[in-house]
Amino acid sequence: MNTLFDKIWDAHVVQEVSDGPTQLYIDRLYCHEVTSPQAFEGLRQRGLRCFRPEKIFCMPDHNTPSMHQEQAIQDETSRRQVENLERNAREFGLPYFGLMHPQNGIIHVVGPENGLSLPGMSIVCGDSHTSTHGAMGAVAFGIGTSEVEMVLASQCILQMRPMTMRINIDGKLGKGVTAKDLALYLIAQLGTGGATGYFVEYAGEAVRDLSMEGRLTLCNLSIEMGARGGMIAPDEKTFAYIKDSAYAPKGEDWDKALAYWQTLKSDDDAVFDREISFDASLISPMITYGTNPGMGIAIDGKIPEIPEDETAAISYKKALAYMDLQAGESMIGKPVDYVFLGACTNGRIEDFRAFASIVKGRRKAEHVTAWLVPGSWKVREQIQQEGLDKILQEAGFEIRQPSCSACLAMNEDKIPAGKYAVSTSNRNFEGRQGPGARTMLASPYTAAAAAVYGRLSDPRTLL
Amino acid sequence: MKQAFHIITSTCVPLPLENIDTDQIIPARFMKATTRDEQFFGEHLFHDWRYLDDGRPNPNFVLNQSQYSGEILVAGKNFGSGSSREHAAWAIAGYGFRVVVSSYFADIHKNNELNNFVLPVVVSESFLQALFQCIQENPATQVEVNLPEQRISNLANGQSEHFDINAFKKHCLMNALDDIDFLMENQTKTELWEQEHKQHS
Repeated sequence: MNTLFDKIWDAHVVQEVSDGPTQLYIDRLYCHEVTSPQAFEGLRQRGLRCFRPEKIFCMPDHNTPSMHQEQAIQDETSRRQVENLERNAREFGLPYFGLMHPQNGIIHVVGPENGLSLPGMSIVCGDSHTSTHGAMGAVAFGIGTSEVEMVLASQCILQMRPMTMRINIDGKLGKGVTAKDLALYLIAQLGTGGATGYFVEYAGEAVRDLSMEGRLTLCNLSIEMGARGGMIAPDEKTFAYIKDSAYAPKGEDWDKALAYWQTLKSDDDAVFDREISFDASLISPMITYGTNPGMGIAIDGKIPEIPEDETAAISYKKALAYMDLQAGESMIGKPVDYVFLGACTNGRIEDFRAFASIVKGRRKAEHVTAWLVPGSWKVREQIQQEGLDKILQEAGFEIRQPSCSACLAMNEDKIPAGKYAVSTSNRNFEGRQGPGARTMLASPYTAAAAAVYGRLSDPRTLL
Repeated sequence: MKQAFHIITSTCVPLPLENIDTDQIIPARFMKATTRDEQFFGEHLFHDWRYLDDGRPNPNFVLNQSQYSGEILVAGKNFGSGSSREHAAWAIAGYGFRVVVSSYFADIHKNNELNNFVLPVVVSESFLQALFQCIQENPATQVEVNLPEQRISNLANGQSEHFDINAFKKHCLMNALDDIDFLMENQTKTELWEQEHKQHS
């Protein structure tokens, strides 16, 4: 009567601290350049080494430029931070995928595609979107830098056990409705704190029907409703995605691993602390209009009226003022200045296929600046192998180099103040994509439609 | 910074906004530092709300209003959502806050505060709204946060509530200990666990 979460969590408990947290063993720690320097510094100050260096992988992704990575990074502070990670990896004996390394890219794209994130694992990283890896059938969650230091030093973390929630998505998603739309719909329904304290398992027909890329997108956005993590029971799609990847078990080890992975599902009589269901057929392509990911509506809907609750109204009015949008108005037809395809949310091959399918035979609107940033070199290579780069080029787009890029604007890819961006990333917070930038979150289809028309449009009219 | 926490009585800084995300607490462009310089992060706490485009303090933001000060930050529900950046907790600590009061916190940020000896105190929505009201009426309103007794008291209206914290973390805060001290003391247990769990790793 255990949930999938219980099975994996329980398999990693080293000890329960009396009236306190669990000491949980961690199978995989990823480090990027922004949230790890102070953790390595802490190890040095305490005179500690890494306890299990072979279980830790390092790669820069947040600060990396999305062009000319073959040259030195121009921005001095970014360069210093990336060099610092390389130095730390060397000093502590950790595998490192640096700039231009064939396995470099965004951690949450690289880990799953290389077989570094596997079913049944416990996975952490100093990054809230570590929830992504839960799509592999793992317990994966974001942590702070002090916790990164704990795992570097001991391969363990002290955590309170979260509650469990199952979200069932019954039925089928409509044409042009993607995993991104499903996630934005759930966040709009539950709010950005609706799953706080919970670890979510996604289930139901619409979830099973998602590709691995789609499942990674869905789990990626779990944190945006406050969930500690999100996960999906592994199945044949998961196993096929992993098989033959660089770090996947091989030969006899594969057979042994597979036999274990096949046991990883919630028991029929498993009890969740909370269980909710939604009907997939009711979901439309989504767009956000405000300054948190929960402020989303169907693309053909209207911006909700100001809430009656006084405290809620203060935050709501502040958000609309920042976006320069009015309650009650429609989003369709709103002008768009920038389009960003990429990030750990939508930087995988399926996302580029979706974008290309819309712009094929059409042209990018003259006034739109578009940044198409693959999540990894491997994704970029596949874009070329499939000839998507040609389709995109003919439509007036160029493919950049892997980076977190405009998702959080730590590199040069910043949306200027006051400009509107349709972004396939995960956060529309004030200033997230650059000071004063106005972000509207959407799927790759909706982003492509906006890039072609130069204004917000329903992508279903172009499919 | 490791510092023992017992009882704090202080005036408060009110921020009655909901869903304050860590991008607002400390924007990403201030995360390029490679050292844990709390003073630096403290100077940039709530940077884009606190300063105007030309770098001058924004007179409309609460941190720039001299009637509000103290070691306790009071914020609307779902404080610290979004990014896992511990820089947000460093900024809060670096500015000089020892306590953040809200009706609930995002999970990762809550851990980050605790790991930096800043106490997140979860109160009921009614306690929170009454506290905002008291501070608005009188910025000199004092709040007592008693960790040993796990009690928060609004000294202006006499309202008092119990708050939760697990016994381990309470012990850490009261004795200026952190989780790594514990984990290093328990390394033989970890090795033993590894021996017993070889099959799946």
